[in-house]
Amino acid sequence: MIGFYTLFRKEVLRFWKVGFQTIGSPMLTTLLYLLIFSHVLERHVQIYPGVEYTVFLIPGLVMMAMLQNAFANSSSSLIQSKVTGNIVFVLLSPLSYLEVFLAYVLASVARGLLVGLGFYLVTLIFFIVPLSSFLWVFLFTLMGNALLGSLGVVAGIWAEKFDELAAFQNFFILPLTFLSGVFYTVHSLPSFWRNLSYLNPFFYMIDGFRYGFFGISEIPPHFSFMVVTTFFLTISWLALRMLKTGYRLRH
Amino acid sequence: MIPAIEIKHVHKCFGAVHALRNINLEIPIGEFFGLLGPNGTGKTTLINILAGLTLSNSGSAKVMGHDVVTDYREARHALGVVPQELVFDPFFTVREILSIQSGYYGLKNNNLWIEEILHYLDLADKANINMRALSGGMKRRVLVAQALVHKPPVIVLDEPTAGVDVELRQALWRFIKRLNYNGHTIVLTTHYLDEAEELCSRVAMLKQGEVVALDSTKNLISNIAGCSIQLRLSPDKLPAALQSTMISYAEGSYILSVKDYTQIEGVLTALRVAQVRVLEMQLLRPHLEEAFIKIMNDVENQEPA
Repeated sequence: MIGFYTLFRKEVLRFWKVGFQTIGSPMLTTLLYLLIFSHVLERHVQIYPGVEYTVFLIPGLVMMAMLQNAFANSSSSLIQSKVTGNIVFVLLSPLSYLEVFLAYVLASVARGLLVGLGFYLVTLIFFIVPLSSFLWVFLFTLMGNALLGSLGVVAGIWAEKFDELAAFQNFFILPLTFLSGVFYTVHSLPSFWRNLSYLNPFFYMIDGFRYGFFGISEIPPHFSFMVVTTFFLTISWLALRMLKTGYRLRH
Repeated sequence: MIPAIEIKHVHKCFGAVHALRNINLEIPIGEFFGLLGPNGTGKTTLINILAGLTLSNSGSAKVMGHDVVTDYREARHALGVVPQELVFDPFFTVREILSIQSGYYGLKNNNLWIEEILHYLDLADKANINMRALSGGMKRRVLVAQALVHKPPVIVLDEPTAGVDVELRQALWRFIKRLNYNGHTIVLTTHYLDEAEELCSRVAMLKQGEVVALDSTKNLISNIAGCSIQLRLSPDKLPAALQSTMISYAEGSYILSVKDYTQIEGVLTALRVAQVRVLEMQLLRPHLEEAFIKIMNDVENQEPA
């Protein structure tokens, strides 16, 4: 338990010590998204009746920021440790692979949460965002961040160079988050794109999370939560397997 | 009594390269053991297998009776490794690193021991400095400190003195000797054979992934290195009968090789017969280095063309 807690704390300190880069800058980026998209689209689009477009946008942006940062945290920490070689200190230690996994994932959840919460609190100064069900907001926050933290572990172990990780992030994570219905509802898309969106796990995270705020969703939140949980369990199984067999860690 | 380290039939291949072939080693508790061999002979691979950083293809390795794969947590608890590469975590200070490292091993209040390590490794005044700001030698000391935070019964040092100044080298060996005296088992790899000779009670020599010699340092030196004597003669001419024993000649002094010191009598007889007077005679103590070179060359000669 002390071992797990130490690694978790170390991982949190790692991003905390460079907080401008890991928390401040993604918060600012997300605020810029809000500023620009709401300015351009506010007068043209109303997605949910009685909900300003800007307000509609906020939960999606919160979730997107959390997901991207949860992924960035575990994946970049692992690749840095691998490339610089200091991963040996974790590998030499008697930490179990489950402890290692949980420490990296929970630190990712912590960073996602800080970025998401920080952005959300800033928006509350300017807008009134309803909160229909705290429980769903909480559940999707936890599961979404954990899923991406876990995916970050997989990507961080798999990638052998910074370039490979950047490819994973920019060609896989980024398009999936952008095309998950953060800026629009999937409902408004042509049927081909709509059906394609249903294959995107990020869609369920955004949709379910947004339900927690507006009480409106395209898919029942229970179903979305089930999909997200299934993905989380699958990716976690893969990450644990990689850690247990020492894939690309122990040669 | 269980051995500190037990390696049985360990094989390791990296692709087509056979890094280790059928390694068998047993190191009793409390020994100061040397693992010697030229670069690329598998010393580090063997250490990595013990540490769990590398997985062997077959065979087994145990640290204090714990299998490094099936019982990895116990095995890693018992082991402290100083890696050869100068790796460090740039986010933390020396003290933070040592406290984090203690936590990995389940130790919460380890400050007393950390202070002691800092003191003995002469790191106390660097304790609150970020790792990035330390010189290479200082980083090396931190690596040693990190390996010792959990007081492991078995300590493995992979070339700890490579590129390190004399002062640290001596401080380090004083500290390691003290740990050995207190019952810790030490395994050392080094290219400085005088260090190995002075410190190690037993030595294994590796060549191309195989153990080619395994004996006490004393035996290796006396059995293999042989002895030599240095002579100044008058007239300055070596009798024909002794030509075959000559190792070198420089500025009037001959160095002859003898199997052991009883052969000196034969040398003196041959000189007397040839009416050569001995001006000066010195017995040269053989060193591990000679044994090492001889063993490595012998192995080379045995290899099929």
